[in-house]
Amino acid sequence: MSDTQKYAPGSHPDLPPPPGTIGVIGWLRANLFSDITNTVMTLLSLYFLYWFLNASMSWFLLDAVVNANSRAECREMADGACWAVITKRIGQFIYGFYPVDERWRPNLAFVGLFIAVLPLLYPKTPFRRHMLWFSAAYPVIAYYLLCGGIFGLTEVGTNTFGGFMLTMIVGVTGIAASLPLGIALSLGRQSRLLSVRVISIAFIEFMRGVPLITLLFVASTMLNYFLPPGTTFNLLLRVLIMVTFFAAAYIAEVIRGGIQAIPKGQYEAAQALGLNYWQTTRLITLPQALKISIPGIVNTFIGLYKDTTLVVVIGLLDPLGIGRAALADAKWNGLSTETYMFVALFFFVSCFAMSRYSLWLEKRLSTEHK
Amino acid sequence: MAKSAKKSEIVVKITDMHKWYGQFHVLKDINLDVAQGERIVICGPSGSGKSTLIRCINRLEVHQEGSINIYGTELSSDLKNLEQIRSDVGMVFQSFNLFPHLTVLENCTLAPIWVRKMPKKEAEALAMEYLERVKIPEQANKYPGQLSGGQQQRVAIARSLCMQPKIMLFDEPTSALDPEMIKEVLDVMIELAETGMTMLVVTHEMGFANKVADRVIFMDGGEIIEQKDPQTFFTKPENERTKLFLSQILNH
Ligand SMILES: Nc1ncnc2c1ncn2[C@@H]1O[C@H](COP(=O)(O)OP(=O)(O)OP(=O)(O)O)[C@@H](O)[C@H]1O
Ligand SMILES: [Mg+2]
Repeated sequence: MSDTQKYAPGSHPDLPPPPGTIGVIGWLRANLFSDITNTVMTLLSLYFLYWFLNASMSWFLLDAVVNANSRAECREMADGACWAVITKRIGQFIYGFYPVDERWRPNLAFVGLFIAVLPLLYPKTPFRRHMLWFSAAYPVIAYYLLCGGIFGLTEVGTNTFGGFMLTMIVGVTGIAASLPLGIALSLGRQSRLLSVRVISIAFIEFMRGVPLITLLFVASTMLNYFLPPGTTFNLLLRVLIMVTFFAAAYIAEVIRGGIQAIPKGQYEAAQALGLNYWQTTRLITLPQALKISIPGIVNTFIGLYKDTTLVVVIGLLDPLGIGRAALADAKWNGLSTETYMFVALFFFVSCFAMSRYSLWLEKRLSTEHK
Repeated sequence: MAKSAKKSEIVVKITDMHKWYGQFHVLKDINLDVAQGERIVICGPSGSGKSTLIRCINRLEVHQEGSINIYGTELSSDLKNLEQIRSDVGMVFQSFNLFPHLTVLENCTLAPIWVRKMPKKEAEALAMEYLERVKIPEQANKYPGQLSGGQQQRVAIARSLCMQPKIMLFDEPTSALDPEMIKEVLDVMIELAETGMTMLVVTHEMGFANKVADRVIFMDGGEIIEQKDPQTFFTKPENERTKLFLSQILNH
């Protein structure tokens, strides 16, 4: 290709781009070695990565012990990480104190969760319409599966729930319940009716203004105020309600931001076409507001999910609680790095998945310049 | 084009109407009768209340005194089926106001499906018919954000027409458009006028007024100052303010 080639006006053909500007080489050049600063930063990063992996791999994997009966045994075998503290108690980390013979039930519930959530998260799921019925029924199914009491399933008290299973129960219920409640609150906050507006604002401001820990502590007293006297509340249910309320208040504010970003003309157009308030809300306001709010909503969900670790202060044994119990055992004393890293990894994987999903969703919903 | 000022049924009847924004008296003693099939162009300086007037006709704005009758139904606060009236009065906005999260086709079928309870298939067929009328059937599956301004405005017109309204309101439909796109929108509006649609158009496109309008209304300071057929309006305006306005608008 020559730079000097000239064409008559109007007859210039489409030429290929200059070599080295596209493909792998082009990408490397543009992103890693575009100028001196970039090149230096790339090389430094590579060196740091090498140093980090080199130093940590031996501790994490190569010199690590997976099978031992105490910390002392670990130390005799190698001087890397002692993952035995996890492997020996993995059952507790996953199920808490759920009866060992019944663990197939949480397993089944977990598989069911995936089937229930799939059509909600992924619109191209085959047989989506039919699967949504299952999603709708899932909370009831999961409840009876985990707690038992019918179809000959042994009853299992919620006080035995613990570990990742507990995190999933609180996290998923909180997320699933706080989104609709948050939407309702955000609409209520902008309602034409003063009473609805006042109630929504009071609820949101109260929930946002009080630390979740406090809410968890006073949950029983508070809920007793609102509910008929004599209702007794299971500890887990109390936690679920409080976590949901707390997250809903944040979500309501995030969605309100989304609603306010919608130009007034959208409502005018909807009105002019004869759509009523509920149709406008459902078809025009919420689809746009929720789309704008996705990053904020997922942010709140991730916060909620991690906040489930707070249940440990009121005596529920989430993974962190199980980890602490393990560390209190004289045999495993002092392995806090391994324990906390493992718990951290679990949370990271879950939260990272949520974060990636939200990016994917944003991209899918983007309707401009596709 | 034949300008037959048909003395037929009055479809919009505005009597002694006043409107305030807080303390601000924005519309003063408006009296206006619109006959079936009549094409009215409303013009006037910025802030004279043109938008407010036509927005009162589908009750996007609420008037405080006087009355507005649409096909014999008075617009008032105890009106039960406001949505019904609105769906008979189409409106096209300066800023298009298409729904960005829906495709062009979905924009057009939304209201027929939800307000008119039309089956989806039927609504889509109808939408395609109107998209063809505004000459963009090939854009049906795109999103509004992917269209040019002129195309968006034509979609907005098609969206309104899909409700098969009896009256169409236009609020400066071309003033957000680049010059080369104005014509494509005006052409669609002229064709619409030829079908006998009752139209109230706020615009400063005097060529359009001259060609299509049965009556041109000049507003200033919230009042209707003068109304005439276009011929007389442009050649023999009576009021000083009309003359000033015309000299400003025709001389650039
Ligand atoms: N929501 C509102 N609250 C208070 N004042 C308003 C409101 N909307 C419009 N106005 C005022 O009412 C007057 C008339 O407004 P309107 O939009 O009807 O004018 P217009 O003739 O359409 O002008 P333009 O040619 O600029 O569109 C203006 O002075 C405007 O500032
Ligand atoms: Mg205006």
